[in-house]
Amino acid sequence: MSRKKENPIDRRFRELMAREEHALIGYIVAGYPDEHVSVDVAQAMIDGGVDILEIGIPFSDPIADGPTIQRASYTALSKGITPNKALEIARSIRGTSDVPLVTMTYYNIVYRAGIERFVSMAKDHGIDGLIVPDLTYDEADDAIRASHIHDMDLIFLVAPNTSDERLNRVANVSKGFLYLVSVYGTTGERDKFYDYTLDAIRRVKGLIMGRVPLAVGFGISRKEHARVMMDAGADAIVVGSAFINIIEKSKDGKESMLIGIRQLAYELKQATRRFA
Amino acid sequence: MRLKHYPIDGKFGRFGGRYVPETLIPALEELEKAYMDAREDKDFRRELDYYLKHYAGRPTQLYHAKNLSNAMGGASIYLKREDLLHGGAHKINNTIGQALLAKRMGKERVIAETGAGQHGVATAMACAALGLRCEIYMGAKDAERQRLNVFRMELLGAKVNRVDSGSQTLKDAINEALRDWITNVQNTYYLLGSVVGPHPYPMMVRDFQSIIGKEIRKQCMNILGNMPDAIVACVGGGSNAMGTFYEFLDSKVDLYGVEAGGHGLASNEHSATLCAGSEGVLHGMLTYLLQDEYGQIMDTHSIAAGLDYPGVGPEHAYLKSIDRVKYVSATDDEAIDAFMSLAKHEGIIPALEPAHALAYTMKIAREYGKDASIVVTVSGRGDKDVDVVQRYLAERSSTQ
Repeated sequence: MSRKKENPIDRRFRELMAREEHALIGYIVAGYPDEHVSVDVAQAMIDGGVDILEIGIPFSDPIADGPTIQRASYTALSKGITPNKALEIARSIRGTSDVPLVTMTYYNIVYRAGIERFVSMAKDHGIDGLIVPDLTYDEADDAIRASHIHDMDLIFLVAPNTSDERLNRVANVSKGFLYLVSVYGTTGERDKFYDYTLDAIRRVKGLIMGRVPLAVGFGISRKEHARVMMDAGADAIVVGSAFINIIEKSKDGKESMLIGIRQLAYELKQATRRFA
Repeated sequence: MRLKHYPIDGKFGRFGGRYVPETLIPALEELEKAYMDAREDKDFRRELDYYLKHYAGRPTQLYHAKNLSNAMGGASIYLKREDLLHGGAHKINNTIGQALLAKRMGKERVIAETGAGQHGVATAMACAALGLRCEIYMGAKDAERQRLNVFRMELLGAKVNRVDSGSQTLKDAINEALRDWITNVQNTYYLLGSVVGPHPYPMMVRDFQSIIGKEIRKQCMNILGNMPDAIVACVGGGSNAMGTFYEFLDSKVDLYGVEAGGHGLASNEHSATLCAGSEGVLHGMLTYLLQDEYGQIMDTHSIAAGLDYPGVGPEHAYLKSIDRVKYVSATDDEAIDAFMSLAKHEGIIPALEPAHALAYTMKIAREYGKDASIVVTVSGRGDKDVDVVQRYLAERSSTQ
């Protein structure tokens, strides 16, 4: 199915490829550390060089997330964040930046709002793509239909144990990019990765044959890891918990925290430039 | 379409399904295939029958509670005595079945969630009997409230992991067990304790529990020469109720599922998911949930820890949607009164969970009349609840 106009995520990947760069996708938890500062955090990531921003809408029971994002979600919820307020955060970022925005949330948040209503509302607030970690290809007919109507990129996830046959089917429906979960496990920084991660990247990259860009996420926090994954075939890397850890551990006030965010984004972005 | 044929493609009408991270899809497919194979395998069924009979203590009796029936002045009330099973609850029917399946699949490690500890204990027992390594996830709050059950699981050789996230109760224990499964998916078997979760769990747990209803039917034919007029069971996640109802779904018997009304449905402090909840997706299934307007899962309350869960099995959601089962609720107070009535009239101390089912049975016994018979499943014994009831009664008398 061809699009009337190029979606911002596709355009971003096309521009990056022309410059022989890979994409850095940065993740924030909307409402963490609070509603206002999460906008500053997003801006700091963008200033540091993030190519695509992923905005997590907190859910009370985030089964794909490790302790760091669980704690951040819990804090954000206890400070009163709602899906509507999270989308307002997206809108204010959209007001100052043209970086493509993707939202990540669990299916119950989408289902409760009404699938089509949620997608349409997200689009109105400047969201270009949607990631739902507990919505698989098999249950996604309604979400695919709604996303198509509203020109939203519905981004699917695959894992190291996803079969070739299933990968093929998922690659056919995933828009914007395909999200490979790098590890067996939940989100959260890791000291090391095993060979199976790189094997999975190579296998998925070979199978999708350029249909859609390949993003790899979960556990990546260091530029060395990012490099190896991009060398294996990742078109983008997603970093979340490493940023949230900076916020969580900051003791010297907001400004120095934002500097830390900006520096990490910058450092990771440098790693995505092949000839840097 | 016969109701017993559900699920179809993993769904009960629109309910059920598989809403999980992609990493779990191959594991669920493997589990479904292994279970379907085992279900058709005579050797597997023979081994399961052996353990149910010689280890768990099946069949359980169907006991005519004459004194209680007379005191209510209505229908004859029959008790399905799941409280007499090894471990003191129906949970063992499922844990033995799944532990045998885990062994058959060559899984070396079993994980499970537990609320008050009943399923954790039943899992630890089954794993000890079958020589499987076992880890139990339990909310930190629950572990504190049920310290003896933690020790009991440890005595049985299980490792108990306390869960500090979220509300630190059953739903968080399920979240953490799912996270563990995602992490250790290659060598780990997740032994879910109720008719909840992604397909095939709601079907598989129901099948293992359906022995309850099969025995009731046979026993009713022997004792009454007929089917009962009504059957009542309590519903938290809904495994004893589903196991009780399944055999009767395509019959004309009236079926009642009794949820935990807590402090009353108007109070917002209850666990009556089907009576007062709305549709949503949690723990891999589309079902009824107690949630806020944005889809955040709410804290629940019941005096019976085993009913204290914000979701419910998807087959119950379906049976409600087609009006086959009537879902009602009983409050903490009503459950306590029923608990005391059964103790006084029959010398049987039920768990607080089935005390909810008894409370409703006592309410409808007179309406049904003297010629009718009602079966109520006593899913567990009440030893675990004696101190809770003692404290409750002390508080109630001091506020009156």
